[in-house]
Amino acid sequence: MPRPSLQAKEPADNADLLCVCRDALVRWGKDARRTASLMVGQPDYEVYVAHAEATHPDQPPLDRTAFFRLHEARRFGAGGAFRCC
Amino acid sequence: MGSEMPKGRTQADPEDRFAMGKLRTALIFGAIAILGAIALAVIALHQGESISAVWIVVAALCVYAIAYRFYARYLAGKVMGLNAKRPTPAVRHNDGLDYVPTPRNVLFGHHFAAIAGAGPLVGPVLAAQMGYLPGVLWILVGAVLAGAVQDMMVLFMSTRRDGRSLGDMVRTEMGPIPGIIAQVGVLMIMVIILAVLALVVVKALAESPWGTFTVAATIPIAIFMGLYTRYLRPGRVGEVSLIGVVLLILAIIGGGHIAADPFWGPAFTLSGTTLAIAMMAYGFVASVIPVWLLLAPRDYLSTFLKIGAILGLAVGILIVRPHIQMPAITPFIDGSGPVFSGALFPFLFITIACGAVSGFHALISSGTTPKLLENENQIPLIGYGAMLCESFVAIMALIAATVLDPAVYFAMNSPVAVIGDNAVSAAAAVAQWGFHITPAELEQLARDVGEHSILSRAGGAPTLAVGMAHILSNVIGGKAMMAFWYHFAILFEALFILTTVDAGTRVCRFMIQDLLGVAVPKMRETKSWTANVLATALTVGLWGYFLYTGVVDPLGGINSLWPLFGIANQMLAAVALILGTVVLFKMKRERFAWATAVPAVWLLICTLTAGFQKLLHPDVKIGFLAHARKYQDALTAGDLLAPAKTAGDMHRIIINDYVNSALTAGFLFVVLTMVVYGVRACLKARRINHPTVVEQPAAHELTLEDEAMDIARA
Repeated sequence: MPRPSLQAKEPADNADLLCVCRDALVRWGKDARRTASLMVGQPDYEVYVAHAEATHPDQPPLDRTAFFRLHEARRFGAGGAFRCC
Repeated sequence: MGSEMPKGRTQADPEDRFAMGKLRTALIFGAIAILGAIALAVIALHQGESISAVWIVVAALCVYAIAYRFYARYLAGKVMGLNAKRPTPAVRHNDGLDYVPTPRNVLFGHHFAAIAGAGPLVGPVLAAQMGYLPGVLWILVGAVLAGAVQDMMVLFMSTRRDGRSLGDMVRTEMGPIPGIIAQVGVLMIMVIILAVLALVVVKALAESPWGTFTVAATIPIAIFMGLYTRYLRPGRVGEVSLIGVVLLILAIIGGGHIAADPFWGPAFTLSGTTLAIAMMAYGFVASVIPVWLLLAPRDYLSTFLKIGAILGLAVGILIVRPHIQMPAITPFIDGSGPVFSGALFPFLFITIACGAVSGFHALISSGTTPKLLENENQIPLIGYGAMLCESFVAIMALIAATVLDPAVYFAMNSPVAVIGDNAVSAAAAVAQWGFHITPAELEQLARDVGEHSILSRAGGAPTLAVGMAHILSNVIGGKAMMAFWYHFAILFEALFILTTVDAGTRVCRFMIQDLLGVAVPKMRETKSWTANVLATALTVGLWGYFLYTGVVDPLGGINSLWPLFGIANQMLAAVALILGTVVLFKMKRERFAWATAVPAVWLLICTLTAGFQKLLHPDVKIGFLAHARKYQDALTAGDLLAPAKTAGDMHRIIINDYVNSALTAGFLFVVLTMVVYGVRACLKARRINHPTVVEQPAAHELTLEDEAMDIARA
């Protein structure tokens, strides 16, 4: 985020505010999407890739489809989550 | 939810700021307490005229805010001693797949979606026959002191034990025998819940072509979605769900035309027994075929629709601010009510199970949630906070049922045996209870919601749907949209109940395979087609049996099955709270053990009383054995009692009564043995002067063993 300069305080402040709003919206949007996919048993793929790259750089991570299918099978597999009330 | 410590922006020194923060907290929560007290006083003391539902909402929110800010914090700090520095399973075993530290807001949404289901929507609707006051009070007190405590405690215990399941924890903390008893208990409870939920759907769809069509349409829609996510655009859950929802809305609109059609209308008008058999066949097929084809896509639809409908109802209540028509307390607290039999104590406390306290949450709180928890200090938000939201869903369901004219409520929820099968007899019957409506008004309401009749549609779902249609049509569409909203509400309930039934059948199947595997190791192979089909057939046969007996029951089935479900669910909660008490004793925190022991004792009192009444009560409407005796006597005398038409029917009714009695006795046995083992474990822990709890070590570094596990996992 650019710091407001002393000369043009007002417009910079406005830009600042816009920036903050946009960042917040983007963050909320991401969180909402992440929440919605976790609700149906799909964790965040990006988090997985970041983790896989950090811990096992030697192995290629699962691709999006394989990751999706793995969690789909797990949700309803043995010991899968049961929802009721 | 709740409030953070206020962040002072001044440059004052820390002590000053702390004092100011304290003062501000006192002022804010003092104001909330006063507002809550006023709202509760209005609810409790109001006589005569109807009150606005907003008072109930305000009272609930104030109670939740105070409970979350003070009691949850007390539980976290004093009772459990949460330690933010202690690594959670998600941190310790972070593998990016199963164990993933997840932001608390995201995890909160996941946990809430997992615990929110049909239970909190149906129970309060049934309990509304005693008036709104007993239900509101039990939902609030139960959630704050029992339900949320249980959820939070189980989440805490499981987090300290690598996300182990409830059954595992019972085994390690209380011994192998209670472990097996708890496992069998969970299986019995599961069968009952699947049967009773399926019964709710059958009751909502019977003789309703519009509803049957829309629910049937979800099957091809889900299969299309499944193929789409499998072959066209793998993993695009968002867009396929959007397509699915649009198709569903088209199905609801189309359902109206189908119902009016001279050929298709009668074709989709099915009797309860036909629907029950169709449900069993469907449940069997749906849980045997690959999950991506039907189960997973329907799960997307039901999850998103559920969250959307709950939010919609909340917004609707706030915009419309409807008035409560039901009296605060009705004469039916004496146990003579038509919806379910039995007096306020103990039957109110088992009728409203989910929403106040639900044992099933113990299975969720010890399932995926602890494996995703970032930090122990989020346990109050996830465990306690999510349950408060669930409790609020129950409050909204109660509001939706009580904003209806009580005459309509009783006409919809009383069995045919009590109010007869036409509007004239129904209006006459409810008039005897002091609620007045004309037969024409009853028929008009049925036409408004697009049904042939709204009489004797027990099970909660249709009543809730009429209530929701009443509220939502006041926001969008007016009277013209009432039929649409009614069928939208029916669809959303049926959809997530069916998803629960399929997913539950699969879970039960794995449990049965596991249990049978003890005797026949071959049964354990989950990939084996024979074992798979056998165990699934056994599961469907078990819940199908109870479903079928419920459908043919002249008193509507819900009458005998819902209390059984409530007893089972509350007993599971009691087991979880007993485990919590044992763990607190073993942690040498027994001076705080009342926090779990008091709700456990209350649940034991309620469920044991209810269980023994269901077994031994002399009233044939309540006691299974008394009912069996009545039919046995009639049979010996050579008489036939309705609904039996032959001596064979009489025999079947008697056998059903004995099966229900045996099941109730089984629940009583499970809970009594758990009490004995629990008390013994507590006494043993008391004698030892150091903690004996079996937790993961608090060490901040990984042990060698942990590292070896991580390597093995990779």
